[in-house]
Amino acid sequence: MRNHVGTTIGRDQRMIQPGQTQSKRRGSGFSWRGTLAGIVTPVVAVAASLLIGSLVIAMLKVNPLVAYSYLFSGAVGNLGQLTGTITNAIPLIFAGLAVTVAFRGSIFNIGGEGQLYMGALFAILAGTMLKLPPGIHLLVALAAGAVGGLLWALIPGYLNARRGLNEVIVTILMNYIAQWFISYLVHGPIREAGWNPQSRMVAATARLPILIHGTSLHVGIILALIAAVLMHILLTRTGLGFAIRMVGSNREASRYAGINSARVVILTMCVSGALAGLAGASEMLGTRYRLLEGFSPGYGFDAIAVAMVGRTTALGTVLGALFFGALRSGATVMQSGTGLPVVAVYFIQGLIILFMIAGSSVNFFKNLAPKKEVTADDKSAKSTAVS
Amino acid sequence: MDQPLLELRGITKRFPGVLANDHIDLVVGKGEIHALLGENGSGKTTLMNVLYGLQQADEGEIHFEGKPLKTNSPGQAIDAGIGMVHQHFMLVQAFTVTENVILGMRSKREPLLGLAQAEAEVKALSEKYGLKVDPRAKIWQLSVGEQQRVEILKALHRRARLLILDEPTAVLTPQETEELSAILRSLAAEGRSIIFITHKLNEVMGISNKVTVLRAGRVIDTVETASTNQAALARMMVGREVVFEIDKTPAAPKEVVLQVEGLKAANQKKLPALRGLSLSVRAGEILGVAGVDGNGQHELAECIIGVRKAEGGRVLVCGQDIVGLSSRQVAQRGVGVIPADRQHQGLVLGLQLAENIMFGNFYCEPYSRRGFLQLGKIEEIAGRLIQEYDIRTPSSAVEVKNLSGGNQQKVVLARELSRSPKVIVAMLPTRGLDVGATEFVHRRILDARDRGAAVLLISTELEEILSLSDRIAVMYEGEIMGVVSGDAADVNELGLMMAGAKRLPEAS
Repeated sequence: MRNHVGTTIGRDQRMIQPGQTQSKRRGSGFSWRGTLAGIVTPVVAVAASLLIGSLVIAMLKVNPLVAYSYLFSGAVGNLGQLTGTITNAIPLIFAGLAVTVAFRGSIFNIGGEGQLYMGALFAILAGTMLKLPPGIHLLVALAAGAVGGLLWALIPGYLNARRGLNEVIVTILMNYIAQWFISYLVHGPIREAGWNPQSRMVAATARLPILIHGTSLHVGIILALIAAVLMHILLTRTGLGFAIRMVGSNREASRYAGINSARVVILTMCVSGALAGLAGASEMLGTRYRLLEGFSPGYGFDAIAVAMVGRTTALGTVLGALFFGALRSGATVMQSGTGLPVVAVYFIQGLIILFMIAGSSVNFFKNLAPKKEVTADDKSAKSTAVS
Repeated sequence: MDQPLLELRGITKRFPGVLANDHIDLVVGKGEIHALLGENGSGKTTLMNVLYGLQQADEGEIHFEGKPLKTNSPGQAIDAGIGMVHQHFMLVQAFTVTENVILGMRSKREPLLGLAQAEAEVKALSEKYGLKVDPRAKIWQLSVGEQQRVEILKALHRRARLLILDEPTAVLTPQETEELSAILRSLAAEGRSIIFITHKLNEVMGISNKVTVLRAGRVIDTVETASTNQAALARMMVGREVVFEIDKTPAAPKEVVLQVEGLKAANQKKLPALRGLSLSVRAGEILGVAGVDGNGQHELAECIIGVRKAEGGRVLVCGQDIVGLSSRQVAQRGVGVIPADRQHQGLVLGLQLAENIMFGNFYCEPYSRRGFLQLGKIEEIAGRLIQEYDIRTPSSAVEVKNLSGGNQQKVVLARELSRSPKVIVAMLPTRGLDVGATEFVHRRILDARDRGAAVLLISTELEEILSLSDRIAVMYEGEIMGVVSGDAADVNELGLMMAGAKRLPEAS
């Protein structure tokens, strides 16, 4: 938990005075205040969203407590539901990490959805057309998925870095291209003989093994967690991660520091796209085994919320993905139990995003911290008493 | 004595964690030129923002022309007769002078603009006060000094009886500063009052009748300018004795380390900014480059350090051409840079102090090994430099945006100078710093020189150039107008060269 907390909640540290102790760990920006603020904002945002959500649910003449208890039990009520939640979270972790790494480089990759579709396509092609031994086939299919997402992200990355095009617009538009391209493919070129517009099944050699027999939980969760750990190391412990954060915070200073920011931007988008591609690949190779049009319920977009709730840290993204995965699984049970439509959950998701945005501009500690008035005297004494 | 024009009583303004104004009383008489003197962060600008309605005071009252005045917005202040010329001009570049002057005012001939009449009024005003400027010129065509006159015209056209000028001379040549003070005197003679904010002592002595010194948000004293002197004011401002003359041993220049030959480059607007510029700096000397802002100084520095493409000419560091190299390669050849804008170019404010010490060197030993950051080593180096450069910070993990300006600049200095560069390009190294921090920066630059670095000091503060440079080059429109020895420099001559009115014959 170093650094990333600081980027978004640096304002807390403004109050630090000389002499005040700050926990000092090796090269880390760790401070209990920063960490606490990093937890408080998402928790408050979620709580407030559930609260307002309950008002709306009450207006729909459903007892909010009943609705939420269905939501809860639907998410974690029994082993099947719990593993369902975790399975839901797998593509969200990958796609959330994709958004996170780009965010840290100040690139708003809204194209996760499109990159996810292209990753799914590449994984399906590798998984259905190649004949390879088990294990190797899986690795090749996963790699193909990553490459698919990477290539799709490379285009907006290049256009932004070298041509100055806004990546938000380019990635949004490329989402549509990817989705309709997949639709075209499953209706035509890669359509399985039969009634439904869908691809052939992935060969057994390229499937992600099921972890717990009788459930949907597959090995993808382990890969996703490894990806999160690697992301944490990348961002906090490597030179490339530092370059990404530096370019993300200040491109001008990076130029002065001798960093080729165009290259870093393109690299960041490649990493981001590859992760989004893995989200698609894991969904194909672990859950669905076939490419269908519109198979993603918006994982690429939910990923933005996931990354925000996770405050663009690797660990936070995992937690955020699990939470949103739980909302998704719980929503279906809530619907059958109370008649509330699944979209009620989307409503809560939207509120969470709004509260997170609002939360990043509010300092929860401003009013909690003991008020010590620093006079301008102390401040200038600090800067003038030199030599 | 008559009733004062303006009276501030007990103005207090708090910001989170800082008391910017602490019960400030200020009285400005009619026809008075009142200097508001203080270091950065002493609360001058906050006080004026309160008066002008940009910020609201937490306590205290304002009396203007004998009546209590509540300013909740600049509109109310303007209506009351207060005008303000900001440090960064608030002009629409694509509009003419007249259009800028009437912007935001009701036309007398609605719904028409009444431009012709307005133009006549602007013309009359500018003739009356010697504010020479063409009413039909577009703002972008004007020099900085002329743009300032437009700001003053704007205030006068709104019948300002009190004019606030925030650091008005920062962007002017010595001659333009003279012209400005003549204009201010004629305005005062007519009974208008002027408050001007500054931290330059010589201007206080030259222009004002009265001076109020602020320190740490409090009024230290208000005195008649005639009854004080620079040393006394400096003491009040800083709270201790200030050494003006930096003791400097004579330079011992050795071989030429940095040589610029016929350098050509374009600026952001793709217009020629450097027109075949040549200069050379020897090891162990400081070459000061004087000039009014915007005459190609930025482009010169950027070409040398490799962040801007040169279109012609050569830049030799120890005999090797570095044109076309990346900024990282230039740095590897021993060029250190103190950028003009530390907050945007020299530092990444959102990153920690230690990370800013590492900065562009993150890729090499000892900061990283096989692509992995050596966090312990980074912390250790940062800790050492914090000691060595006396950076006031609770820890090396603090984000640099939480440091004061002086301490931020020390981070830049520590990073650049600790690598013992052969060439140092220092752009406006003390911009926005207070007296104490300025002294520190100057000292360190001199130390670097004495260690044998070739220092190219680019500054728009003539005093800084004069006190540090061994030789002085004056830059005008992308060319060097002449190079003079630091000891023999004459301010008037430099001023003429800065304005492009004089050019020395090619020196050796």
